[in-house]
Amino acid sequence: MKNAILAAIAAGLAAFAPLSVAAQDAPTTTPVEATAPAAEAAPAAAAPADAAPAEAASAYTPMAPTKGKGMPTSYEDGALKSMTFQDQYSENGKYAQWMHDGILMPVITAISLLVLGLLLYVVVRFNRRRNPVASRTTHNTAIEVIWTIVPVIILVVIAVPSITLLARQYETPPADAVTIKATGYQWYWGYTYPDHGEIEVISNMLDEGEAVRRGEPGQLAVDNRMVVPAGVPLRIQTTASDVIHAFAVPSLWFKMDAVPGRLNEKLLTIEEPGVYYGQCSELCGARHAYMPIAIEALPPAEFAAWVKAQGGSMPGEEAAAPAAAPPADAAAAAPAAAR
Amino acid sequence: MATTAEGFDAHHDQGHGHGHDAHDHADHKPGFFARWFMSTNHKDIGTMYLIFAIIAGIVGGAISGIMRVELAEPGIQYLQWWAQFMGGGNDLNTALHMWNVFITAHGLIMVFFMVMPAMIGGFGNWFVPLMIGAPDMAFPRMNNVSFWLTVAGFFSLLFSLFVPGGTGPGAGTGWTVYAPLSTSGSVGPAVDFAIFSLHLAGAGSILGATNFITTIFNMRAPGMTLHKMPLFVWSVLVTAFLLLLALPVLAAAITMLLTDRNFGTTFFNPAGGGDPVLYQHLFWFFGHPEVYIMILPGFGMISQIIATFSKKPVFGYLGMAYAMVAIGVVGFIVWAHHMYTVGLDVNTKMYFTAATMVIAVPTGVKIFSWIATMWGGSLSFKSPMVWSMGFIFLFTVGGVTGVVLANGGIDDNLHDTYYVVAHFHYVLSMGAVFSMFAGFYYWFPKMSGRMHSELLSHLHFWTFFIGVNVIFFPQHFLGMQGMPRRYPDYAEAFTFWHQVSTYGYYIMAGSMVFFFVNIAYALLAGKKAAANPWGEGATTLEWTLPSPPPYHQFETLPVITDAHDYHDHRPVTA
Repeated sequence: MKNAILAAIAAGLAAFAPLSVAAQDAPTTTPVEATAPAAEAAPAAAAPADAAPAEAASAYTPMAPTKGKGMPTSYEDGALKSMTFQDQYSENGKYAQWMHDGILMPVITAISLLVLGLLLYVVVRFNRRRNPVASRTTHNTAIEVIWTIVPVIILVVIAVPSITLLARQYETPPADAVTIKATGYQWYWGYTYPDHGEIEVISNMLDEGEAVRRGEPGQLAVDNRMVVPAGVPLRIQTTASDVIHAFAVPSLWFKMDAVPGRLNEKLLTIEEPGVYYGQCSELCGARHAYMPIAIEALPPAEFAAWVKAQGGSMPGEEAAAPAAAPPADAAAAAPAAAR
Repeated sequence: MATTAEGFDAHHDQGHGHGHDAHDHADHKPGFFARWFMSTNHKDIGTMYLIFAIIAGIVGGAISGIMRVELAEPGIQYLQWWAQFMGGGNDLNTALHMWNVFITAHGLIMVFFMVMPAMIGGFGNWFVPLMIGAPDMAFPRMNNVSFWLTVAGFFSLLFSLFVPGGTGPGAGTGWTVYAPLSTSGSVGPAVDFAIFSLHLAGAGSILGATNFITTIFNMRAPGMTLHKMPLFVWSVLVTAFLLLLALPVLAAAITMLLTDRNFGTTFFNPAGGGDPVLYQHLFWFFGHPEVYIMILPGFGMISQIIATFSKKPVFGYLGMAYAMVAIGVVGFIVWAHHMYTVGLDVNTKMYFTAATMVIAVPTGVKIFSWIATMWGGSLSFKSPMVWSMGFIFLFTVGGVTGVVLANGGIDDNLHDTYYVVAHFHYVLSMGAVFSMFAGFYYWFPKMSGRMHSELLSHLHFWTFFIGVNVIFFPQHFLGMQGMPRRYPDYAEAFTFWHQVSTYGYYIMAGSMVFFFVNIAYALLAGKKAAANPWGEGATTLEWTLPSPPPYHQFETLPVITDAHDYHDHRPVTA
């Protein structure tokens, strides 16, 4: 089954090969509009000090996450921030958040307060003491028409940005988009990079102690992250090998089920480098809560370096080494506490 | 069976012999076993449904307590102990499986064995015949079968907790029983028993639905046209149609699960040409009407109660009735909004977004009509009324978050998070449950012949109101921050709001003490209830009968005349 999917992808890639050669340097020359500010780069550079040099050959060191970015905020760290959406780092995410905060929230708050106000008013004005004799009014066509039509208008006002958002979320990834296939397993994620020499990254949750030691949030940190280029269109594909999982990253407004026998695909562009955490969001058995997702978005040049370090190749280049060689620690992935 | 048949003959003879000794005749009851185990009396069956629902509610509520206590802080605290208690091993996977068993059992129990039996089986059985002036349900014997099938279903579900179901005992699939987690993902007979439990409960509900439809269409008192039926009867009629059309689809889906599990079929297995998403379409084609099945009878009860305590007929009766019909119809064409993230194509998602939002319109009509019913009324704030007003507000809050979730693009972030949990508990745990408590306090004097304590029921209301809001309001925050559903453990950032939520559970659980003390007080020392304890606003037929009503009522059918406007059904000729 899984092989069939892989074969289909391989076929698809073969068809795309000339295209991606033509567009070879497109990703790197795309203006990334200062997506790699010094502030972001600095902690990444500072990281080697305490990161275990597990991959001796690798120039890559995992980026240190920024508190409050790409992860939930606790009440103690920001009461208001803990009561709303995480900050968004994709264009569609920002649009969706604007739609929620600017349209939906005001509308639903107003409706709830209107109903509450009316209830309090009838309690005060029409209680037995103040209004001993009840009216017998049972109909008022005008008002009935109004409270049917006005909600329709409100819903149309909501529907316009809602449909727009859907249309944007379904934009087809450009031909040169970087493809990453996320496969859900019980209970970890596997990421393959078919455009980059079939690199495969196996991603297990770090145990709490190890996560804290690395300065990462517990339950969200993983041993091997899904590394992607920032500011470049990504073609995220999801599937699963056993039961249904869901690939979800709240700060990117991204959630897509990983269904066995299906290959879901969606465009994602992460606007700036950073670490973005997510969690499996479809009940998948005992350790459902313990298969987090960590996306590390790097400036394209650093991404290319990471690809090299994994033994892969950028599209159009000859593979430096046989693509079959998985990253060194993929084998040691099984128990999260291995390191 | 023989006993009741003889009983029937006996009082038939008695009727002949004693002429018009109507009261004795109407109150002749069979012996204990025949009365409660071979029951054909809609009021007895209704009482059994209510008791059953309360017991199931205690079990389901206790399970939610286990979950809230576990979630009070990050890490796994008590699950290992529970896993061992339930007869599983001591390892972490068994403990984590136990969590999934709890969420599954909580969902299934609350939906199939608490809300549905109480609403339809309990209040529906008790009051549909009384309100339409019928002596009993159309098929009294089948009514009994429905009840005992439901009980058997409950036992099948409880049994599943003690047999292997994956990495531990019990079915850990979630109440949605998604394949392939429920097929290849759960080894052992637990899931089979959980599925069989749904078959039994579903069969019981289908029989009950046919019974209600037949009763309402054929057994209304002379003069009670459909457009004069009380809105509670309308709500049960619409609900019965939803049950009749939706449950067979569930039955088919879970039967396919059973054959996938046991007989080598591959309906939902891609390796054999099947599709796991097909199961979700089938399940939610049932599942979405199901949520209206759980709330529509509540709508009906709220309409009766608001009118009673406003001393005013319901505002916009026809609009209210047809709003329920509209909700029922549209409820069948919005199912895929539960599946926004499975990989639907863009047009499908746009359609389901639009269709789902349409439901807000008839729902809004109902909310505003209830308020308009109170407008100009002479309100007395008896216990059923305060619960109903609490319902209106909290259901509105749950409804508007439904409009948020209806947007497929917004749902991409909220799907399967605590926001969804908060939303459906606002409409169910506060919508359906508030309406059930409203209905319970409204009709308890009629059913038992005793008055409950108004003080205790008001205390119950306020503590429950505070408790459930403290539980579920913070869950909106958790969901927006990204906390996924069905997690026994979480990142530390989520701790604060989880703690608040757990405190809310303690308040809510404490408030239930008022409820049970109130019942005990009423049954042991409550004042005798008059035929109509609620005054001139209570105009439906059940209030023309003594409290409790005679064992057989309306042997002479009441006649409804044109002199009555909508919603005022007191027979003139009685």
